[in-house]
Amino acid sequence: MIVMTDQLLGQWNYYLVIILMMIGFYGVIARGNMVKKIVGLNIFQTSVFMLYISMGKVAEGSAPILTGDPTTVYSNPLPHVLILTAIVVGVSTTAVGYALIIRIQESFGTIEDDDIIAQLDDEEETA
Amino acid sequence: MSAENLIYTLLSLPLLASALVLLFRNQPNLRDGQAVLLGIISAGAAFQLYLLPTGASLTLLELAPGLTLSFTPEPLGKLFALVAGTLWPLATLYTIGYMRGAKEKNHTRFLFFYAVAIHATMGIALSGNLLTLFVFYEMLTFSTYPLVTHKGDEAALKAGRVYLGILVASSIVFLLFGVIGVWAMAGTLDFVSGGILAGKIDPFYVPALLALFAFGIGKAALMPLHRWLPAAMVAPTPVSALLHAVAVVKAGVFTVLKVGVYIFGIDFLKETGGSEWLVWVASFSILAASIVAMTKTNLKARLAYSTVSQLGYIVMGMALATPFAASGAALHIAAHGAGKITLFFCAGAIYVAHKRTDIQDMNGLGRTMPITYTAFALAALSIIGVPPLAGAWSKFMLMGGALDNGYLLVLGVLMVSSLLNLVYLGEIVIRGFFANPTRKLKGVQEAPLTMLLPLSMTALLSLALFFAIDLFIIDFGG
Amino acid sequence: MMQHLPILQVLLPLLASPFAALLRGRDVAWGLTFVTTGLAFLISIALFFQQRAIGETMIYELGNWAAPLGIVYVIDAASALVLPVISGIGFIATLAARQLVAAEIDARDHGLFYAAWLLTIAGMMGQVTTGDAFNIFVFLEISSLSAYALVAMGAGRDRRALPAAFNYLILGTVGATFYVIGLGLLYMLTGTLNLADLAERLPHVEETRAAFTAMAFIALGLFLKMALFPLHFWLVPAYAHAPSAVTALMASTATKVSVYVLIRLIFGVFGVEFPGLADAVGLLVLTLGIAGAFVGTLAAIVETDLKKLFAQSSIAQLGYMAIGIGAMSATGLAAAFLHLFNHALMKGALFLAIGMIAAQAGRATMGTIQGAGKQIPITMTAILFGGLALIGVPLTAGFISKLYLIRALLEQNFWLLAGLTFISSALALAYVWKIIEAAWLQPRPNGAPVLRETASQYIPAWIMVVATLGFGIYATPLVEAAFAAAHVFIPSVAGAN
Repeated sequence: MIVMTDQLLGQWNYYLVIILMMIGFYGVIARGNMVKKIVGLNIFQTSVFMLYISMGKVAEGSAPILTGDPTTVYSNPLPHVLILTAIVVGVSTTAVGYALIIRIQESFGTIEDDDIIAQLDDEEETA
Repeated sequence: MSAENLIYTLLSLPLLASALVLLFRNQPNLRDGQAVLLGIISAGAAFQLYLLPTGASLTLLELAPGLTLSFTPEPLGKLFALVAGTLWPLATLYTIGYMRGAKEKNHTRFLFFYAVAIHATMGIALSGNLLTLFVFYEMLTFSTYPLVTHKGDEAALKAGRVYLGILVASSIVFLLFGVIGVWAMAGTLDFVSGGILAGKIDPFYVPALLALFAFGIGKAALMPLHRWLPAAMVAPTPVSALLHAVAVVKAGVFTVLKVGVYIFGIDFLKETGGSEWLVWVASFSILAASIVAMTKTNLKARLAYSTVSQLGYIVMGMALATPFAASGAALHIAAHGAGKITLFFCAGAIYVAHKRTDIQDMNGLGRTMPITYTAFALAALSIIGVPPLAGAWSKFMLMGGALDNGYLLVLGVLMVSSLLNLVYLGEIVIRGFFANPTRKLKGVQEAPLTMLLPLSMTALLSLALFFAIDLFIIDFGG
Repeated sequence: MMQHLPILQVLLPLLASPFAALLRGRDVAWGLTFVTTGLAFLISIALFFQQRAIGETMIYELGNWAAPLGIVYVIDAASALVLPVISGIGFIATLAARQLVAAEIDARDHGLFYAAWLLTIAGMMGQVTTGDAFNIFVFLEISSLSAYALVAMGAGRDRRALPAAFNYLILGTVGATFYVIGLGLLYMLTGTLNLADLAERLPHVEETRAAFTAMAFIALGLFLKMALFPLHFWLVPAYAHAPSAVTALMASTATKVSVYVLIRLIFGVFGVEFPGLADAVGLLVLTLGIAGAFVGTLAAIVETDLKKLFAQSSIAQLGYMAIGIGAMSATGLAAAFLHLFNHALMKGALFLAIGMIAAQAGRATMGTIQGAGKQIPITMTAILFGGLALIGVPLTAGFISKLYLIRALLEQNFWLLAGLTFISSALALAYVWKIIEAAWLQPRPNGAPVLRETASQYIPAWIMVVATLGFGIYATPLVEAAFAAAHVFIPSVAGAN
């Protein structure tokens, strides 16, 4: 019973990650609105950030700042550094995505997937 | 000249000819003259190579580790090179007469690809391994495509699609599969006397592997892969001559024979019985094509189906798996080459002189075209297998081979087929000489000399071959 | 200087990029790009020969920090083979870009265009060189983000480039994120991100479910990036509506790099012995590969837009590379490397030639090229040779890759698959011949615009054609290099070729 509880509660961070991941992924796939797709993508990426950050935590560990005391337990700083990079990448992706959406809005007058496809189909037929 | 130099000569002369064709594109006489001249030289070189003892080998380059482009003339290859080398100048001369007589366009393009096709044929004939053979086999397909579609109209394009579709698809899907299969199993692709597969492959798989080759070599026109041959009939007649006698189909049956003898090995085929099924498929092809030929009234279409049937003989000669039959098959490449090229030359001469393509329309033409019709009759008799013409020997040897291995039914097939040949080829000769003309014809009206000369020479070749037969019998060992 | 070559080839285009963005005037930015890519190409060729000469893996430690703590750049037989492909295609495409970009991109944007162009090349070179798994992700995103921008720049003439770029962005990011998830799991299991170190530590935890899940995430992410059927839907619109120069660059390199990264991780980190790899990934890749070969080829046969047609054909060709990977043998990997190399050459030639037509006529469709054989014979001949190489006609590079691909399948006794591969490659004849017939055997319709060609237009395509034929006629050194590359991941067995 204790093992079960430990598995369920001790790994709560992973459950959170997976729930977030699925919410984000659902947003990417199921939404026709391009802004919502980007939002979904961001949630999806954030879940991965959580995965990394939570793995860096060492039980009883303090912030990884040298204290000079050899008995101090530090948390692992490397995942944080990695995620710092990943956040930069994520922000850039979002920026490029929104730039594209603005251009799409200018040129199609809509940011709904279905409307754009319909417009392009009409174009093909008249061409 | 040494054998190596002769190989270089035979491979490069056609390329030189095609380059000169482009160079002299604005001087028709120079352009055409040099092609014939180079053809005559190559015929001489092919003959000299034929008389030299075997054993020479030449590696041009290494495509990939262990896979070379190399040339090793062995008796069979030298015979094929001789056939192609001799018929090339005659065919070129005839082409010039035909193209001018029939007022076809784009002579330069036509002569260019014609010479490239001969180059590919020489490469096939002299190839020292399966890879080299495959490379030139594909080159031959692509270089003859512009010839088949020469007229450029919708019918020609459609025929071109069938031609290319069947030949390329069969070669890529089956032939290359077979080639790489042999490579993976035997570790080599060299043509070796006695074959390279004995002991390397489970006898159970021999029929399947042989099938990859028999149907992969679409150029051998084994039914049901023969459709491209009649389709290609839309092309000008010199192309038909090239396809049927000099290059394409001959390259096909030559490849079948070469694979049978030097990759599988006759003894290996006989031991495993792996080629037995092919005897019956070839028999079917021989008879069915003959019957279809009888129903065709377009002269070229009838000749095309006649070719399909005759190719069956050569495939059967390999499948019978005896040295005697294989020799007969090799001989038939030469005999049928000389005979069929004459028949097509005559068909073209009739078209140029009288614009007729339908057999029922050719009554009494023999009296106005005595030379053409005499040549036609000689060639027809050779194909039927009547002595003293070349075709008699090859049929005789095939029958002997069939008896050796106890295929009595095959003997019957060969005899019935000869009778059918007699009916569908004889009809043309008889209509020409004895039937009353449907339209008025006056005096003698032959095709130009540039066409008459080649067709008489090839007809005489059929006759001469009969007497010089000792020279052309290849001993594949017993 | 010489020992810094591994980093220089990545650094040069990376550093040149911001300068290109600042430069005004079309020829200045182009000139900078031309010189930079040319230098990168020379460096990668020098590295190739250096590596072949010493026959060992060359390791470059960034800032002298040794692995596994520091990041290393690794030049082994595999990366040495792939680098010249990317920088070489980058260089030739830059050569062609001068005309193509002038025709298709607004003059004010040239600096930005070349900035993104250099970034995407730098990103690809980085992915191939680096020996650090997270570094691969960073470079992957550098090259992808700039590629999204490059595709979107096609919007000046064809607004469909915008949604195409957007979809590419969404799917590309999802793929990259999957990769990072897999990587996170690996890091949790082993505590390292260095590829060589990972390969050493993984066997201790290979029976865990987390290791298998990590492999699944990484493979899936890379399948998306390499456009393996059925995850290929982003590719065709992106290639079709991007500026012609971008199509030529990306079709020859972008997906190839992902194929390379897949090989590097699946074979270099997990290894053929990894439990479940042969069954799960091997069989899956084989199945998807052959399915992709058929779907791509059939779609190409019915397509009339030439860029889309050859983009579909790329799906099929990627299928062949996947089959080579799925064979799970040294010969199979060598075939995949060979095809990666050869296909880059052929597709480069084709898209450069088609790009020249599209830049003139606005679009390149079957109608545009009808009867064009007489007007632009040299360009159309380049397309003819590129097409023949796609079919795998002997004496072209395509033949060599097919030879080894089939051999790899036969060695593993995959006879049925070999047969299917042959059938799909024979079907390629249909779409290639459709083009040849239209160009050479049909008359130019009345009123169709007159197409022109000048030496500067067809020379880039012809450089690739000559390479395609050259590596088809004399492939021995290439085949040896490909086997050397394969043996980095699957050690050679005595007696095998």
